Amino acid sequence: MQDRNTDTPVRVVTPARSFITGGMPDDPAVVCAGLRKRYGEGATAVHALRGVDLTVQRGELLMLVGPSGCGKTTLISVMAGILDPTEGSCRILGQDMTALAPRPRAAFRARNIGFVFQAYNLNPALTAAENVSVPLRICGAPLRESMRKAEAALELVGLGDKTESAPGDLSGGQQQRVAIARALVHQPQLIVCDEPTSALDHANGQRVMELLRRVGTVDGRALVIVTHDARIFEFADRIAELDDGRVTRVGTPGALAGLPESAGMHGGGPGTEPDAGSDDNRPPEYGTPPGGNGTGASARTPGCCTD
Amino acid sequence: MYQIALKMLLANRGKYLGMVLSLAFTSLIMTQQPAVFASILTRTYGLIDDIAIADIWVMDPQAQSVEESKAMPDTRLSLVRSVSGVEWAVPLHKGQLKVRLPDGNTVGCGLIGVDDVSLIGAPGVMRSGSMADLRMSDAVVVDAEGASNRLAVQTDHGLRPLGVGDALEVNDRRAVVVGVANATPTFQSQPILYTTFSRVKVFNKSERKVMSFVLVKAQPGQDHRALAGRIASETGLTALTADDFRARTLRHFVKRTAIIMHFGTTILMSFCIGAVVTGLMFHNFTQDALRHFGVLKAMGTDDRTLLLMILSQALLVAGTGFGIGVGMAMIMGNLPGDPMGMRLSPLILAVGGGAVLSITLVSAALSIRQVLRLEPAVVFKQ
Repeated sequence: MQDRNTDTPVRVVTPARSFITGGMPDDPAVVCAGLRKRYGEGATAVHALRGVDLTVQRGELLMLVGPSGCGKTTLISVMAGILDPTEGSCRILGQDMTALAPRPRAAFRARNIGFVFQAYNLNPALTAAENVSVPLRICGAPLRESMRKAEAALELVGLGDKTESAPGDLSGGQQQRVAIARALVHQPQLIVCDEPTSALDHANGQRVMELLRRVGTVDGRALVIVTHDARIFEFADRIAELDDGRVTRVGTPGALAGLPESAGMHGGGPGTEPDAGSDDNRPPEYGTPPGGNGTGASARTPGCCTD
Repeated sequence: MYQIALKMLLANRGKYLGMVLSLAFTSLIMTQQPAVFASILTRTYGLIDDIAIADIWVMDPQAQSVEESKAMPDTRLSLVRSVSGVEWAVPLHKGQLKVRLPDGNTVGCGLIGVDDVSLIGAPGVMRSGSMADLRMSDAVVVDAEGASNRLAVQTDHGLRPLGVGDALEVNDRRAVVVGVANATPTFQSQPILYTTFSRVKVFNKSERKVMSFVLVKAQPGQDHRALAGRIASETGLTALTADDFRARTLRHFVKRTAIIMHFGTTILMSFCIGAVVTGLMFHNFTQDALRHFGVLKAMGTDDRTLLLMILSQALLVAGTGFGIGVGMAMIMGNLPGDPMGMRLSPLILAVGGGAVLSITLVSAALSIRQVLRLEPAVVFKQ
């Protein structure tokens, strides 16, 4: 695994704030404030998010964990700009997504966000390279250039010899690596992953996470991963635990590992300090608080994970 | 993105072929049937087209079409000739009779009696023999299609086309074939015999009146419609320009026969079946690909691009299906011995193409609706 105790990652220099390019380089990758999401109305309404405050810094790998139905998928959907919250705001790379009309919002996603799905979601009609080239084609890149970059991205994930393979001819681990190449190929500033290892065995899961860790957070890129898989927690800079639509705890993997499940709701545990100054919605932060204010992280959290 | 859309379509081979074949057969029926219909309608006024030299057709007021005439006394010819503005006027007989072939078979034929002197009314293009020989004793000219098919003579070596020199028996009178000519087939698809007007009277001894029409040529500078009006008022007969008579004949056939309803029902049914089958298959195809459209949507493909992707799929299906369908129609129309004939005009192709396009666009619209309503967040659901 890559050594993560390195310098602050290189940030992408963006000349000016733009809804397409993703704002100023100092903007956090994601800032969620008072997020609420309700499905349905009246007595049958389901409250998926009940006031979530969460910040993801550039260069950070944040994992969202929690039991089924706790709101992880809803939160990642809002963070990816594909779902509107009922209340609250979500700024992605400095851009308030709710303020964008559908078309600019789609263009923003196309340029700035990469996706990795649990079931890979590779198009069986396309070769591996063609699948990887899709984000570039959505951005309007010429076909030849898209394919060249797609092949380079496949090379990066170790599948340089599989460019012409159909997804059906690849193993699960290989398909997920193709999906990762697809998420990276257009150099997005935020990558969202939904259970990227749940369909893989342990060895393949580790390999995929090592790859994501290695290429997913370079150049100030932020990575948000929804997972149930405790075996990959060690790869996170921070872990946000959700329950019943609320973030109950946020901390480094090492810090959260020693706490009882509800410790975050009541105070710190050994070696951890809940964040001072958190407001009512803000969950307590455990471990070395990256960024220092309990809502986010600096680009790296030295020593937060074991390699 | 369109390349991706087309690859998605072609990858689902079963549904793609299903849609293409459905549209191909729809196109086949929607072009072949109107083409046959047009061919049949053309036959109803074929004689008017064949005798293009006549500016005005004069007939008994009870005559409804070129196929349904009522014989007039020969004296009417003089009346017509006396109208000012008439360059010339000649008689024309159009009737039917039975012909006994050299092999003894009897066949119903159409009989056209043309002016003895000018031979106006006779077909212009001869396959064999000479039209001038029509002035010979007992002479008849037969149409080429009839000579090759219904008038073909049975020999020891099989059927052979009726040809120059063959003798026929018409109402117990001898007739000799002196030529074979090209002629527009009639509505009834009967063989046609051409002879002189005076010989018609010989063949039809029992008929006192045999003049079905008077063909009129207007003097140069005469307004045809005005002259027709003068002829009608001065003779008490019906006089129509060639165009008006063609239109009247068409109207008569469309009104008095159920032909348009039969063809129309077939065409409508093929349109409906094509629409339902293609619509369902396209809808199912999109349903199958919905998750991939959702992924594209999540990754930032805007609705307009998705719409154009689906439209490109629909257009490929429509183009392929229509091309195959029209190809099949043309092959069918050119099969040897096709008794119906086809007139596959640009208008029929345009209307057929428009119908197929409308089917696919409606199918695409149903699919587009699914995709546009799709929440991109669905990609995170299992």
